[in-house]
Parts: sequence; C-alpha cells; structure tokens
Amino acid sequence: MEIDPLIFRLSIFILSIFVGYYVVWSVTPSLHTPLMSVTNAISSVIIVGAIIAGLSGNSDNVFNTSSIFGFLAIALAAINIFGGFLVTQRMLAMYKKKKKDK
Amino acid sequence: MISANLSAIFYLVSGVLFILALRGLSSPETSRQGNLFGILGMIIAIIVTFLSTGNFSTGFIFVLIFILVGGSVGAFIAYRIPMTAMPELVAGFHSLVGLAAVFVAISAFLNPEAFNLGVPGNIKLGSLIEMSIGAAVGAITFSGSVIAFLKLQGIMSGSPITFKGQHPLNAIILISIVVLIYLLCSTQSSNLFWILLVVSFLIGFLLIIPIGGADMPVVISMLNSYSGWAAAGIGFTLENTALIITGALVGSSGAILSYIMCKGMNRSFFNVILGGFGATEDITTSSAKEQRPVKSGNADDAAFLMKNASSVIIVPGYGMAVAQAQHALREMVDTLKKNDIKVSYAIHPVAGRMPGHMNVLLAEANVPYDEVFELEEINNDFANADVAFVIGANDVTNPVAKTDPQSPIYGMPVLDVEKCKSVLFVKRSLSPGYAGIDNDLFYKENTLMLFADAKKMTEDITKNL
Repeated sequence: MEIDPLIFRLSIFILSIFVGYYVVWSVTPSLHTPLMSVTNAISSVIIVGAIIAGLSGNSDNVFNTSSIFGFLAIALAAINIFGGFLVTQRMLAMYKKKKKDK
Repeated sequence: MISANLSAIFYLVSGVLFILALRGLSSPETSRQGNLFGILGMIIAIIVTFLSTGNFSTGFIFVLIFILVGGSVGAFIAYRIPMTAMPELVAGFHSLVGLAAVFVAISAFLNPEAFNLGVPGNIKLGSLIEMSIGAAVGAITFSGSVIAFLKLQGIMSGSPITFKGQHPLNAIILISIVVLIYLLCSTQSSNLFWILLVVSFLIGFLLIIPIGGADMPVVISMLNSYSGWAAAGIGFTLENTALIITGALVGSSGAILSYIMCKGMNRSFFNVILGGFGATEDITTSSAKEQRPVKSGNADDAAFLMKNASSVIIVPGYGMAVAQAQHALREMVDTLKKNDIKVSYAIHPVAGRMPGHMNVLLAEANVPYDEVFELEEINNDFANADVAFVIGANDVTNPVAKTDPQSPIYGMPVLDVEKCKSVLFVKRSLSPGYAGIDNDLFYKENTLMLFADAKKMTEDITKNL
C-alpha cells in the first residue's frame, strides 16, 4: 500500500509548527515588532498560488474571472512582500549597540 | 519548464530560508542577515513558480506588471510610514494576506484545472476541504484586521463594542461555518462557497469589534497567527511545501506572541477574545472615585530630582508613542548621561499597541538596545534606583495588581516602580488608564505628578537640567 502524499505534507506541516515554536521562542522580545512584519512578508509567499492563478488564462484571452482574482492576489501579495521586507529592514537598521567611545 | 520534483526541492529550500529568517531575529546582530535570507527565499519561490508553469506569454507580462504595481505601493508605504504607526501598518498588511488567500481560493475554485485539482463541480474532496478552510480563515483574517486597523487608526472608536447576545451569535456563526464547509464538500455548490465567504467575513468583523484598544497587542498577534493558518490551508490545496512551511511558522509565531501578550496581562486568551475589560468594571470605578491628595510638580522640580540622582529608570508606554516623545526623551537621557547619571529603560511586555512596539520607537530614537530591558530583567533594579520616570505608561505600573485581589488587573505582572526613591509620572491628567482603574501610584508619598504633554514636558526638563 502506498502512503497518500497528503500524509507527507501533513508531516511537513506538523514538524514546521514545532520548528516555528522553538525558533520563535528564541526571538528576543525587543525584536517582536520586526518579527511580526517579517512573518507578514514571508506569509505572502502565497503569491506563488496567485501567480499560477494569474497564468491560468489561455493565450487568446489572458483575463478570465479566475485569472483576474489571481492578478488581484498578486498585487496584494506584492504590496506585502515589498512592504514587509523593506519595513523590517528599515526597523532592523535602527537597532544599534552602545557606541564604544561613550 | 522544470520538473515537479525539482521545483518541490526549490520550494523546500525557500521554506528553510524562511526558517533562517526568523532564526536571525534571536539577536539584533544576526537579524539583518536573517531578513536577507527571507528575501532570498521569496525570490527563489517566485522564480521557481514561473519556471514550473513554463508560461512566458502575455499572461507573464501581466503578472510582472501586477508585481511591480503592488511592489511599488508596498515599497512606498514601507519608506514613508512613521515608526509610531507600526501597529496599524502590520494590521493592514495582515488584512492583505487574508484577502490574497481568499482570492487565490476563489480562483482555484472557479478554475481547478489550472491547479490540477479536478474540474469545476467535481473538485477533489481533499483539495476542496483545504481550499474552503483556507478561504474561511483568510476571510476572517481580512475583516478582523480591517477592524483592528480602523481601531488603531482612530477611525473607529477604540472602546469595546458589545451588544446583547453577542457570544451566542458568534457561536452560531462559527458552527454554521463548519456546517457550510461540510455541505460545500458534499454538494460542490458554488453558491455555498460564496455564502461561506460572506459568513467568514462577518465573523471576523464580529470577533474583533468587542475588543478594546489596549488589548490590540493580543488581537494583532492573533490575526498574525490566522494569516499563517490561511496560508497553510492554501499551501495544502496547491500542494506547495514553501507555503505549508511558511504557514506553519507564521501560525505558531502569532500564537506564541498572543500567549506572551496574554501572560503580560495575566488574562486568558478567551477572556480577551470574549470582550475587553470595561463592561464589568465600569461600576466599581465610578463609585470608588474619591478625592485623594496628589503632589504635582513642574519641569524644574523634575530636573532637580534627576540631577541629584545617580540612577534613573525610564518606563515608556503608549502615551509616549502618541505624543511622539521618543526623540525628546533620548535628548533628555543624553543630558543625564553627560552628568554621569546611569539611565536604563524598562519595558513591560504589553506596553504600546503591539509586541515590541516600545523597543522599535526607542531604537528609532537611537537608543542603544543594550540599555533597554524587559520586565524580568530590570524589575529588581527599581529598589536601588533613585528616580523612575514614567512616560505614557499607566496600568503596567499600578501596584494594585500586586496588593488588591478585587482589582480587575490583580495578578498582572507590573513594573515595581513604587520601590524607587522617587517617581516622576508624566501624564495629561489623573484619569484612569485603559483598564478603567485608578493607579495607586499617583497618590504615593514619593510620587511627583507632571501634568503635561509627554513631549513638551520632556523637552522642558532637558532645558532645566
């Protein structure tokens, strides 16, 4: 008997929850805001689904109802990806140590 | 066109890079590199998707256009947003993830062939379940985040909106969502799919309106978690490892943050979700309002106290963010340091409107992060400090939480500010804080109230130092 591929995906999912659990507990509390903005950015990897949806039209007709929703999702996810990573970068650049010469 | 196996491996790589991105945040030094890992992971995921569809026709051009349009909007916002508005920004971004998940689910429902999920009216059962869960959670994330955003922006009142029968109504709606998903999967009816979406939008809205402003840290973290679960649901539908890993990471990250925030308030998660303080506490506060003597002072007195101190602890709160006082505060601290006074910052877990809010504002004002301490790290130091400077915080310093079992905030971990030799409390008026209870600290012998706008007062003190 073969194992349904769903079980493998479920395994990845469950193990990732555990990885997430331990990784996030080790995040220093002072970086919790950047943590939120970066998780925002990475959860926008949903753009891969949006791209498949957007490309689902045929070559004569790029836009059908399904692909239009895909394109809208692409735009939304792109706002998040660029916005999320850049604002995280901006925040992280501000965290500085005490200057030695003081 | 690359093979499905190869692209699956690349998606795995990008999932691992996302884990490293979060791992980097364990310390500020490694965090910037972590963010780069995240960006790299995203680029890999997007390129692999293009290669695996192998479609570089007109549609591809449009995809690029939409990425560019969305990307420029996002970049514009990221550079322009003031740090004080970070909670609103994050809430807004959550709503976008939620809506994107809904759109992808709609698209997959209308055109399952494109995703290899079967044909319309006969979508694979497993995929349909995953799709509808992803869509429902996405819709809840969207409408919930929109409400959170409106409350944080002040467009909508931050006070809890409650009405009779709220909890039974929510329970009925939640049950109906489960029933709808079941019916949808057995009938494949597209009408049910649309009804499911509408009902999910509605419940997201209803779940967040009874939650008050100062509970926003919990709400934002919770919505963060939801956006992750929505992404994971879609990831199962699309059989995409990167999406499943990311969804699980984000989901557990948001859940942990909610837990930390709840613990910071000594409240259970359900207590927060089922509606804010307020409703039950109104009666006690209005009746117990007696006139007690307070000592109030001006900037001159405050400057005198601080000049003669050898160590000062600053306790910032949401009021500092509202008054944009972080830069003025840092200037004051610079002056203090020139006089050889030791200064540190004490941050309560729920200070501000989102996890880590105060830390970002202080970092923005160039405060070195090694002068900023969490509650557990610094709480013992108050007893040895000369002056505590409370700026914009209130409930998190209230000693009542330790002494009065009747108090609604009893048991909440608070900063032991009252143990300081003297306390300077910057506040606009004597009005109670969010929890609606009087702060005993106002009336202590060693407390000097400074009634003024936080920013103006800090600037005045600096002049007088």
